[in-house]
Amino acid sequence: MAAPLSVEVEFGGGAELLFDGVKKHQVTLPGQEEPWDIRSLLVWIKKNLLKERPELFIQGDSVRPGILVLVNDADWELLGELDYQLQDQDSILFISTLHGG
Amino acid sequence: MPAPQCSSCHAARAALRRPRSGQALCGACFCTAFEAEVLHTVQAGRLLPPGAVVAVGASGGKDSTVLAHVLRELAPRLGVSLRLVAVDEGIGGYRDAALAAVRRQAALWDLPLTVVAYADLFGGWTMDAVARSTAGSGRSRACCTFCGVLRRRALEEGARLVGATHIVTGHNADDMAETVLMNFLRGDAGRLARGGGLGSRGEGGALPRCRPLQLASQKEVVLYAHFRRLDYFSEECVYAPEAFRGHARHLLKLLEAARPSAALDLVHSAERLALAPAARPPPPGACSRCGALASRALCQACALLDGLQRGRPRLAIGKGRDADGPPGPPPPPPPPPPPPPPRDPGSAPGPAAAGECGAACEGRCAQASL
Repeated sequence: MAAPLSVEVEFGGGAELLFDGVKKHQVTLPGQEEPWDIRSLLVWIKKNLLKERPELFIQGDSVRPGILVLVNDADWELLGELDYQLQDQDSILFISTLHGG
Repeated sequence: MPAPQCSSCHAARAALRRPRSGQALCGACFCTAFEAEVLHTVQAGRLLPPGAVVAVGASGGKDSTVLAHVLRELAPRLGVSLRLVAVDEGIGGYRDAALAAVRRQAALWDLPLTVVAYADLFGGWTMDAVARSTAGSGRSRACCTFCGVLRRRALEEGARLVGATHIVTGHNADDMAETVLMNFLRGDAGRLARGGGLGSRGEGGALPRCRPLQLASQKEVVLYAHFRRLDYFSEECVYAPEAFRGHARHLLKLLEAARPSAALDLVHSAERLALAPAARPPPPGACSRCGALASRALCQACALLDGLQRGRPRLAIGKGRDADGPPGPPPPPPPPPPPPPPRDPGSAPGPAAAGECGAACEGRCAQASL
């Protein structure tokens, strides 16, 4: 049984517009049987934080292509992407690259 | 799994893996490598010689913000000076906020900033006015085609105002790849022919332009901005959702999922294209109105503005420089031009002479694939 986790979820690069414009969210994930990973975090975000147009953030069970994911300032590619298991006090940042520059 | 060590400094934890080399680097070492690559791109291509006065197209967005920041770091080594030039297209609810970001950057970096507005340069034609004038096409947004042409012209004007010798823009590898796809999808042989290479030397009196970030992937541009904590404007232009580029962008994202180097590979392919003889554009001449480079009587900017003024905005939207005709079935002959009014020495000048692009373009534009 995994204990509740306290993590910071942050949105940038325009992704925050899907979350009422709020960039930083302090989140407490409830204790559950399975360990929390990014995959289950995304499900949780879609259900509890996402305010509009889920297709602009999530595609299938992952993020929409063009959205970067950093865990504690490291590219999630280095950490196993969706399979990375969250630790207490982790910081997960989602940056959208989908706009003109 | 824990992140590996940085393979450069061996001191910090790696923050990312470079897509091409697979090298794992920490944030600081990545930023240093990124800057070194831009420096190499500029020096190897002799893009910005010592003494150059460089006008940086600044939109407040992620690419031009990174471009300005990196060039500011490299300016002493290159021996160049920078001027920020921002274009105000007159798009309500979008451009003002973006310009605010540019002003913050100019103040923070102590760089001179000049803003040039469509309203001033193009006789009151803001992008919002163009959008209203071209609305109702039922297909992809035509106003974005106008914006691309007019913005280039506006940037040129702004650069001249500040005495620049070169213009730089923040196009990244993904932008270039999207453009290649768009040109293929629209059968635009002229643009495909001109698209390759790191920059244009500047023909017909235009200032030389280049894109120092051309070989940087969009992802790395965003990561650089993140690790350097750069403040940029990240909203989408209000017209962008309907622009044709969105289709190319979507396709590129799908391709990259299967083949991460797709963007760079597309750019390299385009650089190596040779056009069939029938498709090669004719050598350009000078616009009869403003003198800028043009392959027809009027350059694109003058032709577009002409069309807007006359209430026929689709006048100059065609397939780029295909004056020789597209491959495939020949177009139907254009309607015969009206006979010129009889010359009467005492009368006021008559309407525009027959044979001006109006009559000829009508036939071509009827098949334009926009």
